[in-house]
Amino acid sequence: MKKVFIAFRNVSFRYGEEYPWALKNISFEIFSDEWIAIIGHNGSGKSTIAKLINGLLLPQEGEIIVDGMPVNEETIWDIRKSVGMVFQNPDNQFVGTTVRDDVAFGLENRGIAREEMIQRINDSLDAVGMTDYILHEPHRLSGGQKQRVAIASILAISPEVIILDEATAMLDPKGRHEIMNTVNEVKNKHHLALVAITHDLNEITQADRVIVMSEGEVWLESNPRDVFSRKEELQQIGLDIPFIAKLADDLSSIGVPIKNQPLNHEELLIELWKYHSKM
Amino acid sequence: MNNALIIGQYVPSNSFIHRLDPRTKIVIIFFFVIFVFFANSVASYGLLTLFSISSALATKIKLSFIIKGLTPVWILIIFTFILHLIVTKEGEVLFEVFSYPIFSGAVILGAAIALRFFLLILVTSLLTLTTTPIEITDAIEHILQPLNRIKFPVHELALMMSISLRFIPTLMQETEKISKAQASRGVDFKTGPMKDRIQAIVPLLVPLFISAFKRAEELAMAMEARGYQGGDGRTKLRELKIERRDWLTFFGFALVILSLFLTRS
Amino acid sequence: MEISFKNVDYTYQPNTPFEHKAIRNLSFKVASGTFVAIVGHTGSGKSTVIQHLNGLLTPTYGEVSIGDYKLTPEKKIKNIKDLRKRVGVVFQYPEHQLFEETIEKDIAFGPKNFGANEEAIKERIIEVMQSVNLPEQLLTRSPFDLSGGQMRRAAIAGVLAVDPEVLVLDEPTAGLDPRGQRDMMEMFYRLHHSKKLTTFLVTHSMEDALEYADHVIVLDKGTKFMEGKPSEVFLRQKELNEVQLDIPEVIKILFKVKEKLGISLSYKGQSTYDLACELKAALGGGSTNE
Repeated sequence: MKKVFIAFRNVSFRYGEEYPWALKNISFEIFSDEWIAIIGHNGSGKSTIAKLINGLLLPQEGEIIVDGMPVNEETIWDIRKSVGMVFQNPDNQFVGTTVRDDVAFGLENRGIAREEMIQRINDSLDAVGMTDYILHEPHRLSGGQKQRVAIASILAISPEVIILDEATAMLDPKGRHEIMNTVNEVKNKHHLALVAITHDLNEITQADRVIVMSEGEVWLESNPRDVFSRKEELQQIGLDIPFIAKLADDLSSIGVPIKNQPLNHEELLIELWKYHSKM
Repeated sequence: MNNALIIGQYVPSNSFIHRLDPRTKIVIIFFFVIFVFFANSVASYGLLTLFSISSALATKIKLSFIIKGLTPVWILIIFTFILHLIVTKEGEVLFEVFSYPIFSGAVILGAAIALRFFLLILVTSLLTLTTTPIEITDAIEHILQPLNRIKFPVHELALMMSISLRFIPTLMQETEKISKAQASRGVDFKTGPMKDRIQAIVPLLVPLFISAFKRAEELAMAMEARGYQGGDGRTKLRELKIERRDWLTFFGFALVILSLFLTRS
Repeated sequence: MEISFKNVDYTYQPNTPFEHKAIRNLSFKVASGTFVAIVGHTGSGKSTVIQHLNGLLTPTYGEVSIGDYKLTPEKKIKNIKDLRKRVGVVFQYPEHQLFEETIEKDIAFGPKNFGANEEAIKERIIEVMQSVNLPEQLLTRSPFDLSGGQMRRAAIAGVLAVDPEVLVLDEPTAGLDPRGQRDMMEMFYRLHHSKKLTTFLVTHSMEDALEYADHVIVLDKGTKFMEGKPSEVFLRQKELNEVQLDIPEVIKILFKVKEKLGISLSYKGQSTYDLACELKAALGGGSTNE
């Protein structure tokens, strides 16, 4: 059954009295087991949402409920047990001197016994394909590998939701690919909710739902197909749709019927094939 | 980066010395540093030299690499030796250099002190060559453990040390990147009068500080998100264990020290 | 300026256990005024190559010439500052090099180091602020008050202020949102033409390499894997995939159209819209050779 795991109710937030509102009266819900993408231009408030979910920031107005608990000073440590977060900069979240120590960090904080710790470290590194690097120091890893370790660190504490806060923004295409594959696998194996915050629309195709942010407000809440069909509007708010969607858009503007908004090459080819065979 | 100097550099390997508990190594080196000063005969010096060289060989790191890595230290050692030749006036005159007499006592004393100096440097650098900085940190945390009773923040100190160690390579890379960027904008770090060179550091230091603060802030946030609430109630993955090889090493070292006292004149 | 590499090797920390050969036997020649893209996955030697362009590194073997300047392992060139004045480098995340109290001072820093006079610097500042599309009112502000995108523009202005003939760009759009990325690339493209620059772009974006470059050099493990016109190089999908590189989306879809629908269209720089028209014509043409 669908269960609301995270709820924002009329939340507003600013970084200080003298700053403008980073989030203005936003409301939305995220279900357990759901993959949700939050997209928006730089400065649209999308990263602020991530930090509000696990109480790294607390809102001035409105209410945030996570796992049935309102997020406040008393509940944050409980909430952080079920909310894992991968940040943007791979270097600045790597605490340990080796891969093993880094995964251990979160477990040590929670007082997990050593025997179990070792088991969980091995399992979670295995899940992200980093077992061979267990004794490596961070400066010998690529950005993508460091982010995979960050994901392993989170898996080790078996959370109910993983937040990727622009976790691929500083990676090269290979690293980005690695992360998206890893996330996909993890999502399928462990039943958890995934909140992926990004400005790269190529990363939203697999999401169940997309929240588009602009200027601190929820601009659109929809599915990837619908988002991809709004080329002009998205460009106006500083985003861009993938090439495939652009081509589909141009095709339909000159009279080639594209009934099903394509998310990838194969879907576009099917549409083209349908058109071709009708001729 | 200075490639020549190996002090403080770790060279990975799986040798006997590498696998020793870091506390064993620290304790032995501590006592070695003291007992070196007890050597006073050819035999006792020979014994300590034998111990040091065979320890160095046991690390499986090429001896030539270690010796070459200590180049800057060699200069100091030679300087000490020459200083003794000039200053000491004991024993009989061996020969004269530019009508300056060199005494036999000076040669012996100079050689002994130079050798002592060399052994000290060699053995202490074996610690860093075979022990990762984090192991040293762990060992220090364990050794300092009793201070917890007088509310000395041992955990915080160890965490600080390990995070600093973790970020040294990152900050070195950063320093290199920023200095290259500024060199591309015409900053000259290497030539020119002293005053200009000191000024050239500003465009390097300011960005470095800003970035270090930003990193610290983000790191603190990441640590908090990962449930860090200070040392209370934490368990530890890293655990140090004194094994049989450690006891064997202690025993061997005790024999060396015993022999040292037997060979003293 | 004409730039060439002749059998260049570069080794980091030679004769130590940490020795690492970053580029080996690399040769290429680039005519003045060319827009060059250097692609290759992380660790292929791209950043080592560009550090030779303004003498931050000198080859451990071979010879690099940048106009009249020659870099060889034997001797260090004396007039390195003069070379650096002519070759501007925009490093990755250039906003990390900002340090002055005001943007004006930060932009003036480079020209001052290279000995430009006050008057000329003032003029340059106005000009480069326009080039990077920052309003003049910002000049008296601290660079650290700006947004991320603006900071990057200010830092780039500082490099442009020296008025280089060669511009080296190391992933200049990393971390920007899609609009920011497009605006930034358009800006460099405009500058390339209006200032008749020789431009080197290190990028992971095959789309950018295809769109803006005249010439592309593909590196793999420190050696030249291939080079040529982007529209030709990017047709070699199989080989590029071998070195873990992708090809631009537009070429990929044309390959698939050919493979699945039997229609072969070639890419010659047409817009998405034109491509859609060509596709429609080809699909509707009634060729039923299936």
